[in-house]
Amino acid sequence: MGAPEHPPAPLLELKDVSKSFQAVKALRGVSLALRPGEVHALAGENGAGKSTVVRIIGGEHQPDSGELLLEGSPVRFASPREAQHHGVAVIHQEPIQFPDLSVAENVFMGRQPLRRGRRIDRRAMYRRSAEVFEQLGVPIAPARQTRGLSIADQQIIEIAKALVADARIIVMDEPTAALSAVEAQRLFRVARGLAEQGSALLFISHRLDEMYALCDRVTVLRDGAFVATAPMSEIDNDTLVRRMVGRSVEQLFPKRETEIGADVLVVDGLTRAGDFADVSLTVRAGEIVGLAGLVGSGRSEVARAVFGVDDREAGTVTVDGKPLPAGKPDSAIEKGVALVPEDRREQGLVLELSIERNASLARLKQVSPGGITRNSRERALARTWADRLSLKFGSLADPAATLSGGNQQKIVLGKWLATEPSVLIVDEPTRGIDIGAKVEVHALLSDLAARGIGILLISSELPEVLGMADRVLVMHEGRITAEFTREEATEEAVMYAATGNGSSGAKGSAA
Amino acid sequence: MNRIRALLSGRELSIVLALLAVVVVTTAVNPAFLNAQGIHDLFLNASIIALLAIGQTLLVITRNIDLSVGSVMGLTAYMSGQMFIADHETPTIVVVLAGMALGAACGAFNGALVAIAKVPALVVTLGTLYVFRGIDYGWASATGVHQINADQMSSGFLSFGSGSILGIPHLTLIALAALAIAAYALHNWRSGRELYAIGSNPQAARLAGIPAGRRVFSAFVISGALVGLAGVLHASYFGTINASVGTNRELAVVAAVVVGGVAIFGGSGTVLGAVLGALLLTTITSALPILGVPAFWQRAVDGAALLLAISLDRAVMVRMAERLRKERSLRRA
Repeated sequence: MGAPEHPPAPLLELKDVSKSFQAVKALRGVSLALRPGEVHALAGENGAGKSTVVRIIGGEHQPDSGELLLEGSPVRFASPREAQHHGVAVIHQEPIQFPDLSVAENVFMGRQPLRRGRRIDRRAMYRRSAEVFEQLGVPIAPARQTRGLSIADQQIIEIAKALVADARIIVMDEPTAALSAVEAQRLFRVARGLAEQGSALLFISHRLDEMYALCDRVTVLRDGAFVATAPMSEIDNDTLVRRMVGRSVEQLFPKRETEIGADVLVVDGLTRAGDFADVSLTVRAGEIVGLAGLVGSGRSEVARAVFGVDDREAGTVTVDGKPLPAGKPDSAIEKGVALVPEDRREQGLVLELSIERNASLARLKQVSPGGITRNSRERALARTWADRLSLKFGSLADPAATLSGGNQQKIVLGKWLATEPSVLIVDEPTRGIDIGAKVEVHALLSDLAARGIGILLISSELPEVLGMADRVLVMHEGRITAEFTREEATEEAVMYAATGNGSSGAKGSAA
Repeated sequence: MNRIRALLSGRELSIVLALLAVVVVTTAVNPAFLNAQGIHDLFLNASIIALLAIGQTLLVITRNIDLSVGSVMGLTAYMSGQMFIADHETPTIVVVLAGMALGAACGAFNGALVAIAKVPALVVTLGTLYVFRGIDYGWASATGVHQINADQMSSGFLSFGSGSILGIPHLTLIALAALAIAAYALHNWRSGRELYAIGSNPQAARLAGIPAGRRVFSAFVISGALVGLAGVLHASYFGTINASVGTNRELAVVAAVVVGGVAIFGGSGTVLGAVLGALLLTTITSALPILGVPAFWQRAVDGAALLLAISLDRAVMVRMAERLRKERSLRRA
């Protein structure tokens, strides 16, 4: 009487969990059960609340309401340490290590094997690390300093940490984002092996094919709310996407047909050793060019070098036919380039400053007759853009930190639009903002292109690139490996080029 | 052999070489520099600053700093004297323990503000630099005791400070013992490695479940106890105390630690390096008059050594980053 209908009791369960950050409701009544021996997928768009679920399981956040059940009894993880003590391991999307310490120390921090007198047994630590790396099929020298390891290697260290901790509940937050296909396959084998030994895995990925390849069940979140849980085998691709997005593609990506004009940005042979090599691209007036690729493929680095925040070793950048000097952002601004950086909170805004201050930062000359900044002019400039971007705010004098992610992004955009650029480079413009605001940002980009601005759109969200771009360039390990027209660009083709598969073939069609 | 080479790797070795160079040059100018008394004095002077440097290293490794060390040292030295005024026959061990306890209490105060109230250590200890010194002067003026001389202290206490075993001064033995214990703990204990982890990447330390606040607090307390010990030893060695003992010592200590290769932004460095740094700076200071450089230049030398060491670290860092980038691009190609 084997009862396949009777699943094992969950190791960890979230019941009706809600969590808010100030005004933003990140999670509303989410339930999720992680069973031993099972790989559970968590699906949802950016901003759907997946990271918040991860942080709650990992003990970084505590739920406002609802409860966490560990093997049926309620628990509260007040800190990451407590979560770890209960057998939870979180493998973060962007691995963070101790760069000054050895690889083995990173793996074993806080749980080093001990000899007599509470003395760390370094030999055992190195031996065990070597074994774990062997098991994972990656030869990393345990005694090596961690500084300078590739993201893929650091990811492996994260997994090694979970292995040596004998974690039973393992959360993988987009672990494949920076991995090549071979590395990802290896990771899947490891994940499967862990599940077979009775661990419960939560797997988060943007790539649906990975979910189908690896996972047993899937839970879908949308806008912080629970949508559905279903066995992976009973939900087809289209249904899954529809559940995640909850609205049609046309609504999400209001792309307008535009008249494409002359070249506004020409980049030729841009190189900086270790980050990118021989990058050439052209953006024309009214055109949106998507720059796709895996995290760490060098897209942001190219953007920063074009704008002049970082230096370049070789290559030229011309805007409207005028060459840009290397490493001079002020000259880039003057010649009509604007860069909306990847990290809105760290690089795009000064969070403590008021909305109006932030809005005028790139145009201080304009609001400072005789070198003295006039608040009235600042306010007028900010008001113009706040109206045009339909910004939602209390008062223009409020700190930028008080706004939601979407509205913050609008200020960053407004700040740069105030400089009247001919080229706009946007790096992950919709990361971490809710879906409504996302649609607004997309509409704005469309609108700007229609007004003749050339846009270079860097995004890790393939649907966004495919939905918005007239042309798609793909980067892999610092080089542009493929170029697609809007019609040619499919999720498979772009992903294929981005993971470095058959890049030599795709190179043939590169610009 | 390998062990010794690893021990003296990189920075430590270059300090030893620099030390030898200073000694050779100075001795060539004046052979008296290297006589028994000269070496004896050198080690004595270096011992007190070495104790401070060991404590400071624990903090700098965690990306913190203690600028109040000079004031805490002054306060404990002054308290030692006051204890003898209260009872001329106070046992030496009681004075030592009381000094360490007072130092630890000062460290706990700093540590609580840094670890619990989350105020940057630079600001907290800049404040307590003046507060502790103020208490020191306040005590002196309230009691009217502005200077305490050798004849007011017990002879046991004084002979403890100037005594030696097999020609090695007590103070040096104590500093060496502290060095050995700190080096062992930092290398072999989990809590020691966690100090490095906290300084190397505070966010990662949090995620690794390291109780960063508790560790930083403990580091302040231990460092404070060492500073307290240094204050008592100062009193017993010099035999004359006023409320200004230890003034400006913080600069010399931070310079020694940085010259010794402890990264000012935390995460790397050894106590051995810091102690060698202290020895090097002390040696240079003693060599200056012999080389005909006026003594008032000595603080400038500390400052210059600090700048030189930081520039050197920075240059090495930039070169290493460059190398790693090149390496990565080679692997890709």
